[in-house]
Amino acid sequence: MIEDQREKLVEVKNLKQHFKTGRKTIVKAIDGLTFEIYKGETFGLVGESGCGKSTTGRSIIRLYEATDGEVLFKGKNVQGKKNKKDLKDFNRQMQMIFQDPYSSLNPRMKVLDIVAEGLDVHGLVNSKEERKNRVYELLETVGLNKQHASRYPHEFSGGQRQRLGIARALAVDPEFIIADEPISALDVSIQAQVVNLLKKLQKEKNLTYLFIAHDLSMVKYISDRIGVMYFGNLVELADSEELYKNPLHPYTKSLLSAIPLPDPDHERTRKRIQYDPEAYGSNENRSFQEVKPGHWVLCNEEELAEYQGAALT
Amino acid sequence: MEKILEVKNLSVSFNTHDGEVQAVRDISFDLHKGETLAIVGESGSGKSVTTKALMKLLPEPQGFIKNGEIMFENEDIVKKNEKQMQKVRGKDLAMIFQDPMTSLNPTMKVGTQVMEGLIRHRNMNKQQAREKAIEILKLVKIPEPEIRMKQYPHQFSGGMRQRVMIAIALACDPKILIADEPTTALDVTIQAQILDIMKDIQAETNTSIIFITHDLGVVANIADRVAVMYAGKIIEIGTVDELFYNPKHPYTWGLLGSMPTLDSSEEELFAIPGTPPDLLYPPKGDAFAPRNEFALKIDYEEQPPMFKVSDTHYAATWLMDPKAPAISPPPSVQKRMQADKAKKGVLK
Repeated sequence: MIEDQREKLVEVKNLKQHFKTGRKTIVKAIDGLTFEIYKGETFGLVGESGCGKSTTGRSIIRLYEATDGEVLFKGKNVQGKKNKKDLKDFNRQMQMIFQDPYSSLNPRMKVLDIVAEGLDVHGLVNSKEERKNRVYELLETVGLNKQHASRYPHEFSGGQRQRLGIARALAVDPEFIIADEPISALDVSIQAQVVNLLKKLQKEKNLTYLFIAHDLSMVKYISDRIGVMYFGNLVELADSEELYKNPLHPYTKSLLSAIPLPDPDHERTRKRIQYDPEAYGSNENRSFQEVKPGHWVLCNEEELAEYQGAALT
Repeated sequence: MEKILEVKNLSVSFNTHDGEVQAVRDISFDLHKGETLAIVGESGSGKSVTTKALMKLLPEPQGFIKNGEIMFENEDIVKKNEKQMQKVRGKDLAMIFQDPMTSLNPTMKVGTQVMEGLIRHRNMNKQQAREKAIEILKLVKIPEPEIRMKQYPHQFSGGMRQRVMIAIALACDPKILIADEPTTALDVTIQAQILDIMKDIQAETNTSIIFITHDLGVVANIADRVAVMYAGKIIEIGTVDELFYNPKHPYTWGLLGSMPTLDSSEEELFAIPGTPPDLLYPPKGDAFAPRNEFALKIDYEEQPPMFKVSDTHYAATWLMDPKAPAISPPPSVQKRMQADKAKKGVLK
């Protein structure tokens, strides 16, 4: 089918990430997560705080050593031991943009050095002149200018800092960028600027994004496909249009019904759907099933039939 | 409607190393009994400073009320001293802060924190206060309040803590509740619960609420009237319908346009270019002019007055002047206006 023609860039297979928080207690931040990201698409990951969406991003880029399962990038395992050359090669292809534009830039480094750090590490430039020009180019790409190169991070506003974070990520010409809540610390008017920039860059450079966020309307806007996470696992995955028009899992429904929209008439008539995890029961007999092409839901046999019926109408 | 609070020509400044930052510049608004007024704006627009001035919680001596009056029950809050303010604060004017993680005392039991105001402002004894506190915790839908009273803040989740904050604020039946981004730090599902609780309580107690936020979705949900702030000024004020379906100021257009709606599939979001001005040196004319694609020449020279759109709707933009060229708002805003007209069946 169409699915198979698209090239899989990232494959997450049964990923588990458990953290020891005490001698006996283990937090299962991610528990058996499986999904794929195709080349050139934006995959949105949403869920409430503590559902494991950031941990997923961090495990994919090897900031955490996975407890179990594997992450394949272009068919090669990301996790596990690697020699220096392989690791460098891998780091060049995958970059990350962080949530907090204040703490993710070194306050003691000038913008020139922050952006050029990746170039230096990977030996992508041969002379000082080239290094400088490359940084200028990158700054312009993200909507800043040359003069900014000699400044320190504290001289920038939140939106500008996030642009610096993007410039830094782009420096090594990656194929895949993980954006972990890149806009949640920014003001509404600035959010739109950054989202537009990310979209423009994707088109120009054929980038693939993993976009992690809790702002569902923005996620819908930027993503091609969206995965909804709940307590360390995906409960639903579909094309973004499909997910919003036709949510099947009760948690997705409650999440969508909770988004306040900038429309007073809509707000007055809105019915909120509550999700009751106790009534829903445990996930023991449930597995991730394809209800219709491209639309996956965590469900058991009974629910599958019900969802399929609902999906047809 | 009965006015409960009148703010007239309020200006608030901060003295810094570099000079005077004019955080709030000459704003006026009223608050009616039982209504919710939302104040929206970006960070640095002066919305939080305004509410801090209402409570007189500005960090003195750097921050000070430069000018204006705040009339509450025929008395000017600006003229009250700290001792007089302590009698008003928490009793008539109560506040909920943004961050429920840091605004509770971690070393005090939650129940004691709720009881504090009751004992102090309403002369209750401990037993009465305890009973009342349990009642209020029930009101904000905290399950098993008797047990929860004896716990510490770290044993509560973010949403639960914000409920406790609301309970503390409501303990003395305040006439005005000021909520400074009370749901910004919370997840959407929890946010929806908190908003519902606030609406229920308002219906029951007829408290007036000033709700500060930058999320227009939340505004549409909770507000009766909306004031939009930019660079220390109120640039547009009106009922929630007027503001969302008939916005007049280009900045309001920008804010509305930069939020994707769930059924939008436009290629690019409408983004307001540039960044807000530095209030150390506030611009001479309209502060929004440099970011405004519709800016007129006069925008750079003179500050626009508040033009009247309707009895409840005012906007500070020269575009409203009879001499200004006719300008049509961006497509996303037009779509919004048309959709509303179609719904209400009003012609033209």
